[in-house]
Amino acid sequence: MTCGKTTRSISIPISCSKVRDSDARMMTLAIPFRTFKPVHAFVIFCLALFASPAAYAIDGVVVPERADPLPIAIAPFLAGGGAEETGGTLSGVITNNLGRSGYFAPLDPATFIEQVSNFEQAPNFASWQQIKAKALVTGQAYMDGGKIKVEFRLWDVNTQQQLAAQQFTTTPKNARRIGHIISDIIYKKLTTFDGYFDTRIVFVSEEGPKDKRVKRLAIMDQDGFNVRALTDGKDLVLTPRFSPSTNEITYMSFGKAEPRVYLMNIDTKQREIVGEFPNMSFSPRFSPDGQRVIMSLQDGGNANIFELDLRSRALRQLTNVAAINTAPSYSPDGSQIAFESDRGGTQQIYVMGADGSGQNRISFGNGRYSTPVWSPDGQWVAFTKQGGGKFAIGVMKSDGSGERILTEGFHNEGPTWAPNSRVLMFFRDGQGANGGPQLWSVDITGYNEQKVPTPGFSSDPAWSPKLN
Amino acid sequence: MTKTVSFKFAAALCCVLALAACSKKSTPDLEANAAAGLGAGQAMPGSEQDFATNVGDRIFFENDQSTLTAEAQETLRRQAQWLQQYTNVSIQVEGHADERGTREYNIALSARRATATREFLIAQGVEASRVSSIAYGKERPAALCDAEQCWSQNRRAVTVITGGAKTS
Repeated sequence: MTCGKTTRSISIPISCSKVRDSDARMMTLAIPFRTFKPVHAFVIFCLALFASPAAYAIDGVVVPERADPLPIAIAPFLAGGGAEETGGTLSGVITNNLGRSGYFAPLDPATFIEQVSNFEQAPNFASWQQIKAKALVTGQAYMDGGKIKVEFRLWDVNTQQQLAAQQFTTTPKNARRIGHIISDIIYKKLTTFDGYFDTRIVFVSEEGPKDKRVKRLAIMDQDGFNVRALTDGKDLVLTPRFSPSTNEITYMSFGKAEPRVYLMNIDTKQREIVGEFPNMSFSPRFSPDGQRVIMSLQDGGNANIFELDLRSRALRQLTNVAAINTAPSYSPDGSQIAFESDRGGTQQIYVMGADGSGQNRISFGNGRYSTPVWSPDGQWVAFTKQGGGKFAIGVMKSDGSGERILTEGFHNEGPTWAPNSRVLMFFRDGQGANGGPQLWSVDITGYNEQKVPTPGFSSDPAWSPKLN
Repeated sequence: MTKTVSFKFAAALCCVLALAACSKKSTPDLEANAAAGLGAGQAMPGSEQDFATNVGDRIFFENDQSTLTAEAQETLRRQAQWLQQYTNVSIQVEGHADERGTREYNIALSARRATATREFLIAQGVEASRVSSIAYGKERPAALCDAEQCWSQNRRAVTVITGGAKTS
């Protein structure tokens, strides 16, 4: 997240800049965060000093290596002139995001001794040390000619250094997004990992009894806010996946005829069938460049994996085995594809070249392995594993080594990666005739399971790329 | 017997009772009513009811299998015979899987079951053009409990009449 990148790549009008250098002392202590366009020679000097990645260690320990979450105080954002609601929203969004990440323990505002009343003044660090805050976030929001201006600062309470500061100008309806972008900056500064808060989830929203479930495609922010239905529930819809580069999703839908793979623009809700094939098409996923879709085409009792070029509409067969070959997922560099096949008797994970060459099995543990999904950083393949009456979510390297189970229970299925490759979301099915699936997230370490709030039953989550 | 089907049977039975101006109070236990009251031949020959009641509209599969059991083959032979008697009837074979599998695989597995069923019916002499198929995966369970007694009823292929049946 940088100023230059923000203004260029997102469609909603957010402009941002570094906070004014009004305080010379503060500026001396400031550690500038990475930016495309360093304007002062001083900033360039600092960048050289604190070489990327900007791992900032509080008490000499970077956040992900701490035994306990970092106590952080998020001071209520100062607000005035009609921006009061935005101020509350911002503090709330940041507190919720950082707390849910598992790396931070936001302190209860009721314990705050100092009530920050002037954003431009340095905080009274002694009072924040007294409540054992290690980091402090201050901010303010105010209206400026119909636009809202938001500023924030991140402080190391012990060293009294300013670690980050930024200013945003936008319309009031974008307040939550600004909160997510600020959360991303704080998270990155203190964990070294890219943030994942300014993202969305497309999923299947479910309603009604199990034998007559109504399913709708829906989209929401990663924290469960701003839920919006994309389909009306008339047609059964499954397995939505984001395009890495456009505002499109691909998914499977049952209509009047054979179930098929569709594309939908999530802004206009305009949809199109991805191609006319003699039989059912299913289990689609985009290529990393967004120009192709890989999917399964059914042929009698078998299903094989095909690649469709979305521009030329050329279809290429990648597997040709009398078995079920499905759930394909590209490596982030587009050179390989992980998929599942029961060619050896039961569902197992295989990896092949993007042209279908060299199809090799990589899962060899006890049980069935399915729904492989390559992590955005290329390090891991996440999967669903069935065995002993349980369904687990795990990760392994693409050569099959380093298998790790992250969560296990009655029914966990269908992992999807946060864009920073640190957090996975999946669905967990509930037991009983009235039970249903819910969305959950878990850290790649296997810690910090969190239920993702949705209005009702939800399944088949897919995490978007970063929006900013 | 699944609840849904039991209910349909019971509902049909109630209609029959009503038409016969039967004064007997209908029992609140639909399950028992259907089980006790269903006699062969009550449904109009050539109707959907006749097919479901006297022929059997569904077959079941072993876990992760699409092989037709001896019992399934027997049911399908009866279906084929009936379909050859009522040649206007067109059907769709619905393939289903139980809930103990992953979504995409179960879609494919249920397609495999529907295919095996359809091909068997065609081999028995039913015209291919009369038989379509669709795969529902685990999306439409018939029995709703988290135990094998339900899962075994959900691993099924159901022959659904899409047109040409006699109506009363």
